[in-house]
Amino acid sequence: MSHRGARILRLDALARVEGEGAVHLTISDGQVTDTRLRIYEPPRFFEAFLVGRGHTEPPDITARICGICPVAYQMTACQAIEAACGVTVDGQLAELRRLLYYGEWIESQSLHIHLLHAPDFHGHHSAVELACEQREPVERGLRIKQAGNAVMELLGGRAIHPVNVRLGGFYRVPARGELAPLAEQLRRVRDDALETVRWVAGFDFPDAQLDCELLAMQESGRYAIDSGTPTALSLPDGTAPSRSAAEHRFPVAEFERHVVEEHVPYSTALRSSLDGRRHLTGSLARYAISGRWLHPTAAEAARAAGLGDPAAGEACRNPFRSIIVRAVEVVHAVEEALRIIDAYEPPPRPHVEVPPRAAEGCAATEAPRGLLYHRYAIDADGNLTLARIVPPTAQNQGAIEEDLRRLVQSRLDRPGDSPTDEELAVLCERAVRNHDPCISCSTHFLDLTVDRR
Amino acid sequence: MTGRVVVIGVGNPFRRDDGAGPAVVEALGGQVPEDTLLTVSDGEPGRMLGLWSGQDSVIVVETVHAHPGSPGRLHTLDAEQTARCATGPASSHGLGLGETVALAAALDRMPGELVVHAVEGEDFGLGPGLSPPVRAALPELVHRVTTAVQEAQRRLCSRTG
Repeated sequence: MSHRGARILRLDALARVEGEGAVHLTISDGQVTDTRLRIYEPPRFFEAFLVGRGHTEPPDITARICGICPVAYQMTACQAIEAACGVTVDGQLAELRRLLYYGEWIESQSLHIHLLHAPDFHGHHSAVELACEQREPVERGLRIKQAGNAVMELLGGRAIHPVNVRLGGFYRVPARGELAPLAEQLRRVRDDALETVRWVAGFDFPDAQLDCELLAMQESGRYAIDSGTPTALSLPDGTAPSRSAAEHRFPVAEFERHVVEEHVPYSTALRSSLDGRRHLTGSLARYAISGRWLHPTAAEAARAAGLGDPAAGEACRNPFRSIIVRAVEVVHAVEEALRIIDAYEPPPRPHVEVPPRAAEGCAATEAPRGLLYHRYAIDADGNLTLARIVPPTAQNQGAIEEDLRRLVQSRLDRPGDSPTDEELAVLCERAVRNHDPCISCSTHFLDLTVDRR
Repeated sequence: MTGRVVVIGVGNPFRRDDGAGPAVVEALGGQVPEDTLLTVSDGEPGRMLGLWSGQDSVIVVETVHAHPGSPGRLHTLDAEQTARCATGPASSHGLGLGETVALAAALDRMPGELVVHAVEGEDFGLGPGLSPPVRAALPELVHRVTTAVQEAQRRLCSRTG
């Protein structure tokens, strides 16, 4: 983006971070021979930063990794360290944690649906254009998002980098009455959330099919968010004899044996694979693996939106339609948040003590954009000797690259004019945005280079 | 309207110079009238709109990139200039301050008045701490923001008084 010799000062990025992501395509004789996605990957820095710090610090420090999903990092860090120290947080404290996490889901998914993803389906370059043309859906999205924000502010202490979370629970827990206005606000956005599902279901969806394994946490009876077992689902291509044959689970302690990361020279991120195959985490994976446990209202909205019957374990394999699944997840999160508030009784203590011991522990939870894994090793004095973070975006990298290859190839195969670089850039951005990677919230998120041979 | 001046320091202290906004807000404690609302944000537009809609006077402190750049140089922008910094159609759906202002204008959620005080950054790598040119520019930036708060306060008082 350098403009050598330019005289005009261009403050083009009043933007926080520039050029965080890039796609490089190699096209040879009309065939896409290589797709490379470079992504922004702060966890490596944080892994090093954490070593030598106290065992109570990761929830606060890892919350800084992502402004959009700090709670996911906090919850995963807490659970991993509590696992190492042999402490279980349950009952109302666990429910409050879940409520906080639903707040983040509501906020993050609404942000992606309304401000990032929806403009793609209307040929708009930004949410600003969308807001000028369709004000009501954007207003609706902001209302829903605001309700999620309110949950995070009340329980987290504030919306960014929540400060009220600590090992073992919270610094302070709310009285029952404090949750009443929150419930009121959530009830008001129930209809907004359902209307959003109807709105996005009416978009035009290009044909596309995922070709990868899906990975999400699974817990019988619950649409897993902060609990369960890592579960992989081979995408049914018709060869698997049954659903159960296509699914396999492994204990979270064996996560790094199955999800293996490798360096790729073009990215600071480590790209990972699942038992040697590319895989996808996030809304589409959760829906396929846990859809039967969605709240009935969310399940009904999914059926009405044409996603098939989640109770029958139907998967959605078109990445463009992930916007519908996200909208369904918002309905689920609003309903579950209300359920938790309804049944809330303040726990006797705001947290349980988590004394350190020399041990290792790991945990995985469902961040809005996919499965997030943490592992820590602690010495007897409570100092961290190792931190390991596997974020969803790095796991999704291989699947996104394959999506890019397929979409660009199918455009190249279409008869008529060959696409310009600008057209390919739009297509690639859409393909990447379908998976809500961490980079999508930074400006200039994609620099595209095409190497035509 | 609240009759209050709101200062929003935008940025991530773990991305070097991106932390200038929050650093200014921290330095403002005790320097500005007590009823000034000092806050920090990651700049996400929905949250920014939540912080500033319905407010009379908002001062945003940001780190910017410029081409050609001169790290440490200070800029003051009004709302219109800021909205013009929304990234052009060639870019992705950026969510910088320019887009946030444009979005707020489209949704009638602009504050009564808005000014942006910005410093050009040099290092946006991972980690805490500002680069030397930005660190050197910080006292002047704090001074400008303090003055802007006082002036805004006077305007609000004379309006209500």
